[in-house]
Amino acid sequence: MVAPLKERLNRDIVINRLIDYSPLMVLFFIVIVNVIFTPNFASVNTLRNLAIQVTSSLLVALGMTWVIASGGIDISVGSVMALVSMVSAKLVGIGAVQSITIGIITGILSGVLAGAIIAKFNIQPIIVTLSLMIGIRGVAQIINDSKILRLDSPEYVFIGRHRIFGEIPIQVVIAFVAIIIMYFISSRMVFGRKIQAVGENHKATELVGINTFVVKIGIYATCAFLASIAGVIDTARISASDANILGSMIELDAIAAVAIGGTPMNGGKPNIIGTVFGALIIQVITTMVNMNNISFEYSLILKAIIIILALWAQRFLHSKR
Amino acid sequence: MDIKKHKNFNLQYVLKEHSSLLIFILLFIFASIKYDVFLSRLFVTNLLVQNTMVGFIAFGMTIVIIAGGIDLSVGSILAISGIVAARMSSYNIVIVVALTLLTGLALGSLNAFMVVKLKIVPFIATLASMIGIRGYIHLTTGSKSVPTPDRTLAFKAIAKGEIIPMIPNALLWFLLILIIGGLLLKYTRFGRHIYAIGGNIEAARMMGINVNKVKWATYMISGLLASVSGLVMTSRLGSGQFTAGDGWEMYAIAATVIGGTLITGGRGKLSGTFFGVLILGIMRQIFNLQGNLNTWWQNIATGVILLAVVIVQSRTMIKKKL
Repeated sequence: MVAPLKERLNRDIVINRLIDYSPLMVLFFIVIVNVIFTPNFASVNTLRNLAIQVTSSLLVALGMTWVIASGGIDISVGSVMALVSMVSAKLVGIGAVQSITIGIITGILSGVLAGAIIAKFNIQPIIVTLSLMIGIRGVAQIINDSKILRLDSPEYVFIGRHRIFGEIPIQVVIAFVAIIIMYFISSRMVFGRKIQAVGENHKATELVGINTFVVKIGIYATCAFLASIAGVIDTARISASDANILGSMIELDAIAAVAIGGTPMNGGKPNIIGTVFGALIIQVITTMVNMNNISFEYSLILKAIIIILALWAQRFLHSKR
Repeated sequence: MDIKKHKNFNLQYVLKEHSSLLIFILLFIFASIKYDVFLSRLFVTNLLVQNTMVGFIAFGMTIVIIAGGIDLSVGSILAISGIVAARMSSYNIVIVVALTLLTGLALGSLNAFMVVKLKIVPFIATLASMIGIRGYIHLTTGSKSVPTPDRTLAFKAIAKGEIIPMIPNALLWFLLILIIGGLLLKYTRFGRHIYAIGGNIEAARMMGINVNKVKWATYMISGLLASVSGLVMTSRLGSGQFTAGDGWEMYAIAATVIGGTLITGGRGKLSGTFFGVLILGIMRQIFNLQGNLNTWWQNIATGVILLAVVIVQSRTMIKKKL
């Protein structure tokens, strides 16, 4: 028997709300559990550390949200971070601002390259970014013979260590600005709609007259740009550049954050706020495991289970919708 | 259409179909002219044997990719199978092999369950099991490798024995799987179904193919081959390594794509992947022999070759469509 229309509408609204707010609820739940069970969790220090640690994976995840919303994937972000870190650390002699600028431009160029190849030759993004991931990591390692490069530039380290008013870490402010800009473009500007259009129906988007070539380059360049900033922040925080490990495996955390956040993995509407919660969920799990002296391996298993549960729940709720 | 093309000796067709073989031959000729040691028997066998382990998972990857999926968990399955084998190594060889392969099959089924039943994108589902299994490995081994002091002679012989003289067993299994897998893909109903669902899943479903069953089987095959790889590795090294296979999924995908398999599914051959694996292996050898060259150039070269192959692939695809 079909339920009365009003009842069905109400149910639809409830389900829609459930989908929209599920990452927030999961985060809320994990935080509550932590406040109760983890000693010293509810303190300013913990929160500040959490915010500092989440910055780089959050920035990468923001860029990844656009890429995934456009139906692609970018696994070269970690290598881009390493390259930017190496280039800027190597050139730091000419001045911190200049070297960071050159480093970030290098990063953006690699994103433009990825976008151009993907759009021009119509190749699967995973393969293009896979080859870039392998190749760019190689370039980053060659720059300093894969040795660690120590930074002795106070201006550079400023980005990783400075506290505004002695309290708020500077990278948190950077992350906030990035979130606001990305959210604004995604939901209020034409470019955001174009990303969604490319992701949902590539052919139709092309036929409507949207220049998908430019849109795709913009998406991958933005992703690389955000990864570059993450690379600079991480380099400044540890005041050294290590091309072998910097940013390795970060693409997995970023993809997981986007998946938990509710952006459809096959392309669709970019959900920036969801991604923010997704990145926070993953970071809170890591922090929780650390603070309770549980060996870090449990966090890997926990992350895996949460990714699967989140995606399964999304599918389940969507099928109800 | 294929026959006609053969008659006219279409250069483009040859280039497209056998590009991995051609690249391999070019690299081989280059290396044997440049380095004297290269053509010795020991060297050639080494080249083959060293690459069998990544080769097994590349074969599994090829089958999954042809069916339109992807399996990132192979490296983790390899490692956990190797550890199971190491822990069991003092028992009867039949039990060891059976349990190790069962591990792979079970974890392959887990992937299949997530992809087929929970309908999670293969990339994410296998990513999660890759992270989860690796975490479990660290837990159960305490991040130490598992030694095999009491291993039986038969266990040692899995990789190092020579049933056929001059050919190490690891290589024998590798070639056997290449032949069996190649025949399976080409001549059996199941093999053709794999191509069908990778090429056009809706059409395959309408033809009455049990799509879910075939998909499920491909992930199990991939898990099985990963555990074969783990078994061979533990037998070869004499211990179960907890870091084994870390990042190998990427090399397996690279070898598959260089071997001419379409990443979107529906097209590909195991023999292509075989040469894809050898191309990556021969490049590593060349970079090792060229002592003055920085080894990091190897990564760059791998990236460039991979990119070049996919671009050539896509160009010929576009031409074919027109």
